[in-house]
Amino acid sequence: MRRRVIFPNKILPYFLLAPQLAITVVFFFWPAAQAIYYSVLLQDPFGLRTQFVWLENFRIILTDPLYLGSVQVTVIFSTAVAALPMGVALLFAVMADRKIRGVHVYRTLLMWPYAVAPAVAASLWLFIFHPDIGIIGRWLNDVGIHWDYKLNGNQALLLVILAASWKQVSYNFLFFLAGLQAIPRSVMEAASMDAGLGRTFWSIIFPLLSPMTFFLLVVNVVYAFFDTFGVIHALTDGGPAKATETLIYKVYTDGVMNLDLGGSSAQSVILMVVVITLTALQFRFIERKVHY
Amino acid sequence: MARPRRRESWLPHFILCLGVVVFAFPIYFALIGSTHDAATIATGRMPLLPGGHTLDNYWHALTSGTGFRVSGSPVRTLLLNSLVMALIIAVGKIAISIISAYAVAFFSFPGRMFFFWMIFVTLMLPVEVRIIPTYKVVTDLGMINTYAGLTVPLIASATATLLFRQVFLTIPDELAEAAKIDGAGAIRFFWQIVLPLSRTNIAALFVILFIYGWNQYLWPLLITTSRSMETIIIGIVKMIGTSEAQTDWNLIMATAILAMLPPVAVVIFLQHWFVKGLIETEK
Repeated sequence: MRRRVIFPNKILPYFLLAPQLAITVVFFFWPAAQAIYYSVLLQDPFGLRTQFVWLENFRIILTDPLYLGSVQVTVIFSTAVAALPMGVALLFAVMADRKIRGVHVYRTLLMWPYAVAPAVAASLWLFIFHPDIGIIGRWLNDVGIHWDYKLNGNQALLLVILAASWKQVSYNFLFFLAGLQAIPRSVMEAASMDAGLGRTFWSIIFPLLSPMTFFLLVVNVVYAFFDTFGVIHALTDGGPAKATETLIYKVYTDGVMNLDLGGSSAQSVILMVVVITLTALQFRFIERKVHY
Repeated sequence: MARPRRRESWLPHFILCLGVVVFAFPIYFALIGSTHDAATIATGRMPLLPGGHTLDNYWHALTSGTGFRVSGSPVRTLLLNSLVMALIIAVGKIAISIISAYAVAFFSFPGRMFFFWMIFVTLMLPVEVRIIPTYKVVTDLGMINTYAGLTVPLIASATATLLFRQVFLTIPDELAEAAKIDGAGAIRFFWQIVLPLSRTNIAALFVILFIYGWNQYLWPLLITTSRSMETIIIGIVKMIGTSEAQTDWNLIMATAILAMLPPVAVVIFLQHWFVKGLIETEK
């Protein structure tokens, strides 16, 4: 789409674009190119010799049981962090969309967790689920469930999923509520006349919400992949025994802690492919929304 | 239905109240934790009602940030760092995005679409996937432990540019035509027409970006090696350390409350802008 009326200046637009482009080139394109470049190089441990190894780094990673373990953790983690907030948020949104009093109060009281940083959310959950001093952690031990997320991998994974999901419900709730409010009242009323509530929901409302659901699915997966680093870093440090090491966490440990430049870069490149796929999916959704 | 439904069902209220309580639960305990002393918490039998150490804890956290077992910078330093970072990111992103969107929407010049796509594809390169090389660039530029290093690499924004371009496309051609006839140049048109017309979008975007900047984690973790440059979010996680039972949980919880207060206040008090910003940035 183009405007008909434009300004004739030939130099000014370049000046206007310059700051954004400079940052983009220096901090986006150059590092991304470097990541791709390093991903096909092998460096000896002292950084003295580098050798061009084609796709050797990728072969090493994709056959490394530790990497595959991290893929598995990421799949479980992001499936849970995508589904859990969405389910809870949909329930709240459907409840709040009925014509009840105080909808705005509920909306306010349910949306603030969005503003809590993932790492801060982690510290709050840690304080509740700490095996010795946390109110729930200690209670679990008192009733005979051996709760210690620092030793038990499944418990650790459960805890990071809960802390990460808690924060994400608000976002899903606001979008579902907006989606529900966009459905014309007449459709809702006509539907509720000939069918029960449950049937109305599954046969009328849910299909109308499906583009929104798909959109939130992508957003939640992106969140689970990239924005939950703080939750994991604060709660479990990827442990115990790598039980909560997601792909992004592994890029960080391999690159920053273990200084494995080639391996970490190859992992970055794989993640870039994931992001490109997710972004493309997201834009297909937007295209559909425009056609409506 | 034949008769209007006046009686409200209790079920939605029950479910929503339950939700509100479950959501507030972690915050309630953090608040309670920040009012007791470390020894009370370490017994594992923390009372469920506030204790008498509130002022002590917050004063101690703000002025020293160091307890018996945790050592850190005073939280007021960390709060200031977070505030500076969030403000530079929010204002910077809006400023450079609005002018680049203006260039793309109101001018015709060689390479226009190429530059637009260049900005657009940065959506696909979040900082997390290019951690190491970006970190290297920042080190080479000597930007470690500086506000510039914390903020500039995060300031480019495809989302904000797309949003402003969208807004500019709705400005009627007649308006630009009239301005041109009246002798207004591109810069004057920007200041007197375009900027005032976009102010609601700027406000909404500012709220979202402020929260985004405040809550950054991975990037400040890499860029700040000096403790006095840390943001408050990094500060808390460093305080927690290995999360022993015998640590200054009272200070940690007071810090956590202080860390979430500004963004939560922004969401609650600027609710209207927040919701608008959230919905718009995803278009």
